[in-house]
Amino acid sequence: MIVEITGLRKIYEGKQRVVAVDGIDLGVREGEIYGLLGPNGAGKTTTISVCTTRALPSEGVVRINGIDVVKSAAVARTCIGVVPQYNTLDRACTIFENINFHCRYFGFSRADAKQRTEQLLEQFHLSERAGAYPSQLSGGLAQRVQIARAIAHRPKVLFLDEPSAGLDPQSRIAMWEAVSGLRKEGITVVLTTHYMEEADELCDRVAIIDHGKILVEDTPAALKQSIGAQRLYDLDLRSEGDHAALTALLEQLAGVTSVESLPSGLRIFADSADGLLAGIVNTANPYGLRDLRITETSLETVFIKLTGRDLRE
Amino acid sequence: MTTAIAIPPQAKISKASLYTRAFLGLYLRDLYVLRRELFPFAIRVCMNPLLFLFVFTYVIPGMSSHGGTAAMNPSAALANSGISYSTVLLPGLMAVGIMFSGIAAVALPLAVEFGSTREIDDRVMCPLPVAFVAIEKIIFSAMQSVFAACIVYPLAFYVPAVHPTTHVASWPFLIVVVVLASLTAGALGLTIGTSVKPSQIGLIFGVVVIPITFLGCVYYPWALLSHIKWLQYGVLINPIVYMSEGLRAALTPTLDHMDPAVIVLMLCVALTTLTWLGMRGFLRRVIG
Repeated sequence: MIVEITGLRKIYEGKQRVVAVDGIDLGVREGEIYGLLGPNGAGKTTTISVCTTRALPSEGVVRINGIDVVKSAAVARTCIGVVPQYNTLDRACTIFENINFHCRYFGFSRADAKQRTEQLLEQFHLSERAGAYPSQLSGGLAQRVQIARAIAHRPKVLFLDEPSAGLDPQSRIAMWEAVSGLRKEGITVVLTTHYMEEADELCDRVAIIDHGKILVEDTPAALKQSIGAQRLYDLDLRSEGDHAALTALLEQLAGVTSVESLPSGLRIFADSADGLLAGIVNTANPYGLRDLRITETSLETVFIKLTGRDLRE
Repeated sequence: MTTAIAIPPQAKISKASLYTRAFLGLYLRDLYVLRRELFPFAIRVCMNPLLFLFVFTYVIPGMSSHGGTAAMNPSAALANSGISYSTVLLPGLMAVGIMFSGIAAVALPLAVEFGSTREIDDRVMCPLPVAFVAIEKIIFSAMQSVFAACIVYPLAFYVPAVHPTTHVASWPFLIVVVVLASLTAGALGLTIGTSVKPSQIGLIFGVVVIPITFLGCVYYPWALLSHIKWLQYGVLINPIVYMSEGLRAALTPTLDHMDPAVIVLMLCVALTTLTWLGMRGFLRRVIG
């Protein structure tokens, strides 16, 4: 395991005591892309902050490449690359200088730093903007520079905190490509996100975390399978109130695994079975069926099922 | 795509070497940025002493000879004791230059970097204990303060109508005072920069810079405060007092000044205290 988190707890003492991380254990294998999913305030960023030596844990141990991030923070940083949520590019320096000085901080000689910077600018299609200042860049471009800078010193693990927050769809796809490309270089990636599509697309394994605890950890495919259904049928019903009778009828249909209530009607979890659609429509019609939506089960289904529908801060 | 670049295998090089390279990298970055801002740096350093000297040692003395009252002229009172006011001002303005450079080089940029941009994060992620990132700030700022002192000296010497009387009895003492004062200014900048909220940075001038300058024995020697005892002892908590008095002792020893040993001791105390406070604030702001 290249990232090993054992019994991690982080409590912010103060007027309002906040338990941000409440006993997390997890391991990330070398070379994988690992996703931490969770609603806002679930403890994702705090976990990343501790892993990247920017916060001290209240309890527990984090090792990156076998190095304790609390006891040997400075040495651990040689193995860590970080792309934080916000743009932390050095506003007083150009794009080239941002990467170049980053290399110098990590002990590169002048010539090596220059060569590495030029190589990264090319790899991330930034060569044309080498002389631009961070304030002149769009959000997507700034994000690419931050990723290039973060891997400049060849870290073993790259931490990305909400990498696609605030990016347009094109920039997001470009960012995904950049991150997938890192795998070829053998860099392990740990990212946090609440875009399920992103986790599904990118991650080898994901952990869903809420209230500072890990609820479930597996591959995206296995998590989707854990729902026990391939499709969701969302029924909009005209009549309000109790749908117990309909629920009982639907549950008897072949292929239906479970039925749960939605504010506007019912949600049916089902495997694909011949004639199921017709069966559902026929059964629900007398109960005032207005509309029907069919979706494949996604990570989002798993996420909502585990973390609930309540709005977070 | 990945060409092999002979970088030092990080795990194998010693910690000391790792830290030194990171420290030098940070210093290099600051030098590079400063080089690009040399002109604003020069303006910032020159403007305050230049205007002060122009008004108090050139414009106002001229007024008294054209029918103005001697009461308007701060140099007139001192003139009776055979000392030109420019002699009083020279070390004082150098002290202000040193102190102000510390604030401009550390406190103001830090407030921005801790604020909306969090630019400091990348430097904190260097393979270097966080405390040394703060020490780099102090040392880099001290270098600017030394430059500032060197720029202010010729201004304070040549601008006044009556040139000040300077005499360096001991160069080592002068160097010790300038270096200690410059480091103290950097530590003061660090303390202010880490303790003030970014949104309140504008208050620094009103609440900190102006009071410590005016009550820092910059425009008058400490010994002449003897007629207001409470003030004379009150200002002793102000580190600028020891900067001004130290430069007075080193450059214009004809003026009354504090005992050099006391000055060096108190500069060391101020440096230690402010570095401790600044470092504590820096760590608290950087590490959650």
